[in-house]
Amino acid sequence: MALPYDSAPKFAEYAHPEMIVSTEWVAEHLDDPGLVVAESDEDVLLYETGHIPGAVKLDWHTELNDPVTRDYVDGAGFARLMSEKGITRDTTLVLYGDKNNWWAAYALWVCSLFGHPDLRLVDGGRAKWIAEGRPVSTDPAKRPQVDYPVVERDDERIRAFRDQVLAHLGQPMIDVRSPGEYSGALLHMPDYPQEGALRGGHIPGARSVPWARAAAEDATFRTRAELEAIYAGEAGLRPEDDVVVYCRIGERSSHTWFVLQHLLGYPHVRNYDGSWTEWGNSVRVPITRGDSP
Amino acid sequence: MTPATLHPRLQEIVEDFAAVPDRDRLQLLLEYSQDLPALPERYAEHRDLLEPVPECQTPLFLAVEVEPDSVVHLFFEAPAEAPTTRGFAAILHAGLDGLEADEVLAVPAEFSTQLGLADLVSPLRLRGMAAMLARIKRQVRDQRG
Repeated sequence: MALPYDSAPKFAEYAHPEMIVSTEWVAEHLDDPGLVVAESDEDVLLYETGHIPGAVKLDWHTELNDPVTRDYVDGAGFARLMSEKGITRDTTLVLYGDKNNWWAAYALWVCSLFGHPDLRLVDGGRAKWIAEGRPVSTDPAKRPQVDYPVVERDDERIRAFRDQVLAHLGQPMIDVRSPGEYSGALLHMPDYPQEGALRGGHIPGARSVPWARAAAEDATFRTRAELEAIYAGEAGLRPEDDVVVYCRIGERSSHTWFVLQHLLGYPHVRNYDGSWTEWGNSVRVPITRGDSP
Repeated sequence: MTPATLHPRLQEIVEDFAAVPDRDRLQLLLEYSQDLPALPERYAEHRDLLEPVPECQTPLFLAVEVEPDSVVHLFFEAPAEAPTTRGFAAILHAGLDGLEADEVLAVPAEFSTQLGLADLVSPLRLRGMAAMLARIKRQVRDQRG
């Protein structure tokens, strides 16, 4: 049984208001049956220091990724993971996390590959919940094991691979990294040298729209009108466009993917999760340096 | 990997981590993170004296002092929202602070891989700890002249 949507006026403006909830909504519905809240962070220990009471932990590195191949878990692995977390196919799964919801958006995107029907993101994420002085708990959530069905991952709709991006050259693409990474001045994100690449620059034709443009100071998403001005206005995207977004490993671009697909309602948006750590290390793929697409 | 060459204090930490089941190992790292000593005033008021460690996913700063008698002291700063980074720093503090310069320089570069954390924390995150150790050793070498 799906939970009611958050009817906040800000959300009603978005193309898919059913995909986003406020911290107030979470506080109000925390004990409702059919709801599971999951925290997904960059820091693997942050959940243990205190999380939304009852929330389960969902780690991008150790749980959503395949431990050997650079890929996500498969249908059986995802079913096992969800079952252990107490999430059924009917669960309203609400995600939040640190760093402006980068990893929560990434987890939401991965769950979307498996077509989980009811996924929502908490506007403002962990930082907003904490800033508002809402309760946190250090007790690990104990949810009974359930039975999540094996659903095969669909990599066609919202995921792009390197060769598909090569075939996509000349069509709309958004690079969400920092300006220094885009131009090629930096071979890695500031402060993240371990995720570097041998070559710097961007995919030819990609427009630079750093992910943070979509976020307000308090980590919440900007309003629909503000987002339209950035992506439709400045970047010139049209709703009918086939758009590819990328960053460095696919997590910041999940944030922008969420904005384009769910807040603005563009139907054809794919996240290239190989991103710059694949493209910038690939042999003989075209690269553009400098500030222009 | 030759654990036999580890300094007894580091060996003790490795054994502590090895003694607990996987699930409790993260909890142990969290306990370390909570025990990271605060910066003494002389650094808290002069943050420009600290060296940034950008290889950590969250900002970490460290300072190294080698006393005339060759004893090494370590100082770290990392935000509370970065418990994993704080935990790595605290392990190095517990294992290395007060050792002789030669003992610090003898720590194997891959020490961080001996804690059984790779599957729990991910190898990528663990690289931050290796980078901290490398920077500490470089500073010890520089200061010893």
